[in-house]
Amino acid sequence: MKTNVTIAGVEFKNPVTTASGTFGSGMEYSELVDLNRLGAVTTKGVANVPWEGNPTPRVAETYGGMLNAIGLQNPGIDVLLSRDIPFLKQYDTKIIVNVCGRSTKDYVEVVERLFDAPVDLLEINISCPNVKEGGIAFGQDPKMVEEITAEIKRHAKQPVVMKLSPNVTDITKMAKAAQAGGADALSLINTLTGMKIDIKKRAFLLANKTGGLSGPAVKPVALRMVYQVANAVGLPVIGMGGIATAEDALEFIMAGASMVAVGTANFFNPRATLDVIEGIEAYMRDNQVGDVNELIGCVK
Amino acid sequence: MAETRKVTARVGEVSVLAPGICSMWIEGTGFAQDAVPGQFISVYCEDKSKLLPRPISICEIDAAGGRLRIVYRIAGAGTEELSRRKTGEAVEVMGPLGNGYMINKGVDHVEGEEERGGQAVLCPGTAPDGRADTGKCSVTGAGGKGHAILIGGGIGIPPLLALAKELPGGKTAVLGYRDNNTFLKEEFEAAGCQVVIATDDGSVGYHGNVIDAIRAQGVQGDMIFSCGPTPMQRGVKAYAKEQGIPAQLSLEERMACGIGACLACVCASARPDAHSHVHNKRVCKDGPVFFAEEIELQG
Repeated sequence: MKTNVTIAGVEFKNPVTTASGTFGSGMEYSELVDLNRLGAVTTKGVANVPWEGNPTPRVAETYGGMLNAIGLQNPGIDVLLSRDIPFLKQYDTKIIVNVCGRSTKDYVEVVERLFDAPVDLLEINISCPNVKEGGIAFGQDPKMVEEITAEIKRHAKQPVVMKLSPNVTDITKMAKAAQAGGADALSLINTLTGMKIDIKKRAFLLANKTGGLSGPAVKPVALRMVYQVANAVGLPVIGMGGIATAEDALEFIMAGASMVAVGTANFFNPRATLDVIEGIEAYMRDNQVGDVNELIGCVK
Repeated sequence: MAETRKVTARVGEVSVLAPGICSMWIEGTGFAQDAVPGQFISVYCEDKSKLLPRPISICEIDAAGGRLRIVYRIAGAGTEELSRRKTGEAVEVMGPLGNGYMINKGVDHVEGEEERGGQAVLCPGTAPDGRADTGKCSVTGAGGKGHAILIGGGIGIPPLLALAKELPGGKTAVLGYRDNNTFLKEEFEAAGCQVVIATDDGSVGYHGNVIDAIRAQGVQGDMIFSCGPTPMQRGVKAYAKEQGIPAQLSLEERMACGIGACLACVCASARPDAHSHVHNKRVCKDGPVFFAEEIELQG
């Protein structure tokens, strides 16, 4: 049974990774999850310098989902390189580093610092709804998507995955713009901008007022977008958005994702990544699927 | 540090202590013997539309019996669901989580890093990397020889009971309630505490807040351990500073993962934190117990 998948020339032992921001750099979850079993660990967004993030409360639960407005708190590239990458290198798993920034220059600086790092893929976050500058602003204008993709490609050694925002009218336009800029692959979706109000206090739940919606509630939207993008561009897609079970993951794979990421599910089931991997294998056994690649995009 | 585990445990004895205040023993976690006072557990809901675990502090640790007790307030739909669980039912929990209170077991003077709840933590006056920058960190009388003051407000009271049971020296529990529903009061007395009550409505004990009660009663001690709402903690911090008494405060914040990965539940820290090198300590992982000097309690 073959579960390996290849994205931009990088081979993964299975098609399951973690969604950026839900798994730290794997250190905290390593007590609960054998990281060796994951296709890859995708790290929390890292900028050129440490970011403080947003005020608290930063999270709120919603029906079947949650809102977050962490604001990309991160220790900066120095700490990622000195602490987190060496930690992950102890494991037999691939490393996808998620990169964030407030300006093109910020992104380029991080990408350049990663040039000689033992990192397999770069995922560029141009879609975070919770930071005022950069983030989503880059991801909502096709011209900017193309420009920033091209600029990052000029400086990056590793293949570049552009992470797309669902908070747009037509996500295929952004996908095509990233492709035009030279992206090697695409990942989607980031969170959907949402809101929650506490009617007793007559106040917003989140200090940031708005936050990104994730969890099972967003899955049908994410699946539709993955299907659209996979069929609109020839690039490999890493699909994510509400994946909690193997069934969810298989839907994304059948819709066209070469790989899937488990995000919010890690919070309610720390073993979710392993459950997804085992469930995909069980499905393949039960349905005589010899190679997981046969399933990618099999539903047209 | 004891390994964190997520397990299917069983609901043990349940009871209602006061309107909206519930007690539940949880059996068969497999980690009760590893838990220390001040730590918490994540309790998962049956209704899967409620994704996030509820972080609830440990009220009692029965290591021999392999049981943990939680006492919680029904604050929303998740805890309301929990309150309807019956003895013998399965319950998903993860723990033990967080650091717990540092109980100075007979040691009056520690240097640099100190073990608290099995995890290396910082004493006041140490740099975030654990390097002592003031030479020595004095924690006198933290239950060793001195007298402890336990300050609890509302649903911040329960975790202090586990602490009271383990503190070896003299101890006064100053407990702040809304009204005459003084849940757990007798259990603090049974744990050897001198109990001082403060109530918002004046129906029992001192009419006012816990700090007013401490002043009115002339409570003296060498170390403060507190848990309660942020405004109370702000008062405790100011009082501890004024009196020159070290204080360990247990904080609460909205959490998601509960294990330090998602960075949702941060509190402002005086010095750069070890994780992100900004000024945001993680309540779930670096806390929930902090020395007063470690943290800023913003309004």
